Amino acid sequence: MPKSALSGTRIRALRNARRLGQADLARLAGVSASYLNLIEHNRRRATPKVLEAIAEALQIPASALDESAGEALVQTLRAAAGRAAPGSPAETERAEELTGRFPGWAGLIAQLHARTEALERTVERLSDRMAHDPNLSASLHEIVSAATSVQSTTAILAESEDLDPQWRAVFHANVHADSIRLASAAEALVAYLDSTGEDTALAAPQEEVESWLDRQGWHVAAVEEGEGPRDWSALVGGQADLASAASRELAAGWLERAQADARALPLPALEPPLRAMFATGGGGFAPEVLARQFGVGLAQLFRRLATLPPLSGVPRFGLALCDGSGTLTLRRPVEGFQLPRFGGACPLWPLYQALVQPDRPLRATVEFAGRPPMRFVAHAVAGARDPLRFDPPFAWEAAMLLTPASALAGVESAPVVPVGTACRVCPRTTCGARREPSIITGGGAAAADGRSGSVDL
Amino acid sequence: MGHDGTGLTHPATAGDPRASGGGGGHGGGRRVLVIEDEANISEAIRFILRRDGWAVGVHDSGHGALDAIEAQAPALVILDVMLPGDSGFDILHSLRRQPSTAALPVILLTARGGHGARDHAREAGASLFMAKPFANADLLAAVRQLVGV
Repeated sequence: MPKSALSGTRIRALRNARRLGQADLARLAGVSASYLNLIEHNRRRATPKVLEAIAEALQIPASALDESAGEALVQTLRAAAGRAAPGSPAETERAEELTGRFPGWAGLIAQLHARTEALERTVERLSDRMAHDPNLSASLHEIVSAATSVQSTTAILAESEDLDPQWRAVFHANVHADSIRLASAAEALVAYLDSTGEDTALAAPQEEVESWLDRQGWHVAAVEEGEGPRDWSALVGGQADLASAASRELAAGWLERAQADARALPLPALEPPLRAMFATGGGGFAPEVLARQFGVGLAQLFRRLATLPPLSGVPRFGLALCDGSGTLTLRRPVEGFQLPRFGGACPLWPLYQALVQPDRPLRATVEFAGRPPMRFVAHAVAGARDPLRFDPPFAWEAAMLLTPASALAGVESAPVVPVGTACRVCPRTTCGARREPSIITGGGAAAADGRSGSVDL
Repeated sequence: MGHDGTGLTHPATAGDPRASGGGGGHGGGRRVLVIEDEANISEAIRFILRRDGWAVGVHDSGHGALDAIEAQAPALVILDVMLPGDSGFDILHSLRRQPSTAALPVILLTARGGHGARDHAREAGASLFMAKPFANADLLAAVRQLVGV
């Protein structure tokens, strides 16, 4: 039985919309009516070839029936359902059905959900600015002070008919001076807000950088070039994705580091051994061997592997970096490895296990609770952000490289660590590391729990 | 025009009997010390208090504020939070630690009127918290109430 009802439900909905009988569609697709019946009722998973034939018969692109294509949408709908007001819960267990039957509406809900989240983050950042921006604070203080003076002084003038002329003159002069000061402060405030308007962009700086990298396939060719230090401002300037000054600064920092990684692990030297490791089904993939060969640390190797250009025979790697607080500082996604957009990730990720065991490399096979579940081999390590630093503050950083298990041999028999994206969207309801309830109810949670043997990291 | 030792210039008070700071009005000549770096604000406060019979001293910085309080021995202090040097909160903490000033009525003035600032002011030992801008009548009523006149 397929884990996802997406394809079957969608096929049935599309067939009904076309007023086609089950037998008619089966005939057009070249399958038996009973087999199509099983597929439509999600009792059999259709092979890619059969899906293609059905799609052709329905006169739609085969990708429209691809389960994985709709999975992200289903996940987003579930996340959106988590916002339902208490007492009016959304039908989270029917998210797949909604996606299958009404893809347009499902897409609209997902868009609105994304927009809501983006606006909330904007409000949060503006609140932060109101509370912590010293320029804004000083500007508002100036305005409030001038307004206070004007209010108190004009009240005296208005309420004191027999005020001594000398006092009256002083207060008039004060009001005049304060009104000029008030106008000037207000003008300066408007100018300040105008000049920093770009920072109110919807995306957080880190998201802007990740979006920029994603658009380039997570590989920036410029880091492979040149020997000495470079001025990255020209490269990061004028990029639509890097709208804020903060994101451009982050991107320049990332490029600086990526260039150092590229120099330590030059592509012409790295590619042959890497391809050789995956040539025999990936059974020989050993990051530690590569790290020793090039004399680099594992974290540096992980960063480099996750940002290489596409190489024939080498899978795309996922990467997550976090700082000592556990905050994700870089999220390089890979298919099947969902990354939380907000808040903390799954505490069972080897990334966090590494953070509490600095300098101890960890390796584990992890299974993400998706539909279908996806397995990866995770390599993780944590260490000082700057190992050559004697003086505080000492910053820590952990790195986790994810290699799709499908690209590696011998993983099938390995013990598996069941993990998720984040508690809120994780179906493993009985997980001992859970920090908040899941918004996902039923629908395979039991199947996802405790199915695999676990391993202590 | 005259000076009161604070660097602030003001008209002579003889021309305005209600601004004399003498024994008339509710103040009865009791002293209020205004610690505020905004000259025009302290000028307005001084005027309305003097008109009500209070003797008013002004100090325009966090520096030396405790010395000014000790020297002038006011019946009440009107204390701004944002000051050059020690902040109003610093000064308030010091006052509450000294037995001689632990019970001194202090009105804390601040441009931040949120709950956080109010809670902070209460915890620091402020007798009363007033957000700027304030109404003169409210400030005057608060001074009278805290001194008990």
